[in-house]
Amino acid sequence: MATLPRIVITGVGLTAPNGNTLAEFRANLLAGKARIAEIDVRHMGKHPAGVCDFDATRWQKRKEIRNGTRVGSISIYCSREAIVNSGLDWDKTDKSRVGVYLGITEHGNVETENEIWNISQFNNDTKYWTHHHNPRTVANNAAGEVTMNMGITGPHYTIGAACAAGNAGLIQAAQMLQLNEVDIALAGGVSESIHTFGIYAGFKNQGALASHVDPAKASRPFDKNRNGIVISEGGAVYVLERLDDALARGANIIAEIAGWCINSDATDAVLPNPDRQAECVRKALERAKMKPSDVHIISTHATATSMGDIQECIALRTVFADCPRTKINNTKSYIGHCMGAAGALELAGNLPSFQDGIVHPTINVDDLDPECAIPGLVINQPVSMGSVDTILNNSFGMLGINSVLIVKKYGIA
Amino acid sequence: MNKDDVKSIVLDIIRDIAPDEDLSALKHEVRLRDQLTLDSMDFLDIVMELRKQHGIEVPEIDYPQLASLESCGEYLLPKFKAKGK
Repeated sequence: MATLPRIVITGVGLTAPNGNTLAEFRANLLAGKARIAEIDVRHMGKHPAGVCDFDATRWQKRKEIRNGTRVGSISIYCSREAIVNSGLDWDKTDKSRVGVYLGITEHGNVETENEIWNISQFNNDTKYWTHHHNPRTVANNAAGEVTMNMGITGPHYTIGAACAAGNAGLIQAAQMLQLNEVDIALAGGVSESIHTFGIYAGFKNQGALASHVDPAKASRPFDKNRNGIVISEGGAVYVLERLDDALARGANIIAEIAGWCINSDATDAVLPNPDRQAECVRKALERAKMKPSDVHIISTHATATSMGDIQECIALRTVFADCPRTKINNTKSYIGHCMGAAGALELAGNLPSFQDGIVHPTINVDDLDPECAIPGLVINQPVSMGSVDTILNNSFGMLGINSVLIVKKYGIA
Repeated sequence: MNKDDVKSIVLDIIRDIAPDEDLSALKHEVRLRDQLTLDSMDFLDIVMELRKQHGIEVPEIDYPQLASLESCGEYLLPKFKAKGK
């Protein structure tokens, strides 16, 4: 088999509930600062939610914002910021060789619910249904809005992969670069899910929606008193390119994509299967030509559901049974579950550890669940490892989709 | 209600659907599309807002009547008056 090109990350743009740049996001992760608001959810009253406060008008005209979707604005903001961060000369970039690959958990719920509410004000007469509905709800909306805003004429589509989508977007991009389909990829994950009551109602009726008197403490993976998911919006988009291209233009190489795997549980719609998760991790390690002990940070998917966290811990115990140096953390405790953006944002929050050697903790663990007491779990206070060379990023989703992405510091063997 | 009132209503709608546009020097006799960045979806927005906000229906065959602010005023005034406004 021919050797495939190496793929590197050369830019990051993001918006998280607690930061609109990687520097701000990272600073808050190291300072233990969660930022969860309480919002009024249609039909459901107040619930905790991760809300982003980026300035959409930085990159969009007000008409674009009005006609488009929230996830379109998130995608454009993150993509534009990623290009700026990459140092690419965007004006001179061949836009026909740029691809956009964005992971999404779901799309269209927000816009459809809004229109159902809208026509309910007019006796459910569908002549009041907006003509913007279809462009707003097509499955490629998030990526398509990016191409229209940025003049990109290469391929674009979204990758629907439930909450494994952030990793899936990056994996798709790496593959397309290796196949020489594009020269530059904008890839990651995005979500607008806080604006749909359906997701809140679904999780609530499933017994998986978080509540807490203090919203900032509502998302508490691994804590004995965790009671479910805090739904959040957000996005993280990366610039990916082939290593040779990045070196040729003197790019700042943030990380190298080392390995990945996506597999399926094929067992239950909502309950994760630790055997398949462990298999997914092992296959990603195999692709990366790494041993479990080569992994320095594991960024967990744990969403603070009673069973989901335990199942992931079972999988990690199985694979990383004898890895005393490996540290494990979680980011949802700060920002909630950013759904399609989760995997991409959680990876981003850990990337600066390649420079500072610090592992941010998972917070809100007041009473560690013994079933989640895995060795190496970094709780409530950051830990300095001296040097961090590798990050393994877990991201799992409904219908039993598992995704694992491994990145490494550029320059290590 | 007179033609200027109708034009003012249409301007308010345009201000909402095209918030980046400067409407201060809009020439009433000139086609809106020749002065503003408006596409077919924007015109459908004007039609929809007339329907939602004022109960005014504009059949598709009459869309050309909305070409300019002046023609909007002339075409829509009888419809507003028919609504008792």
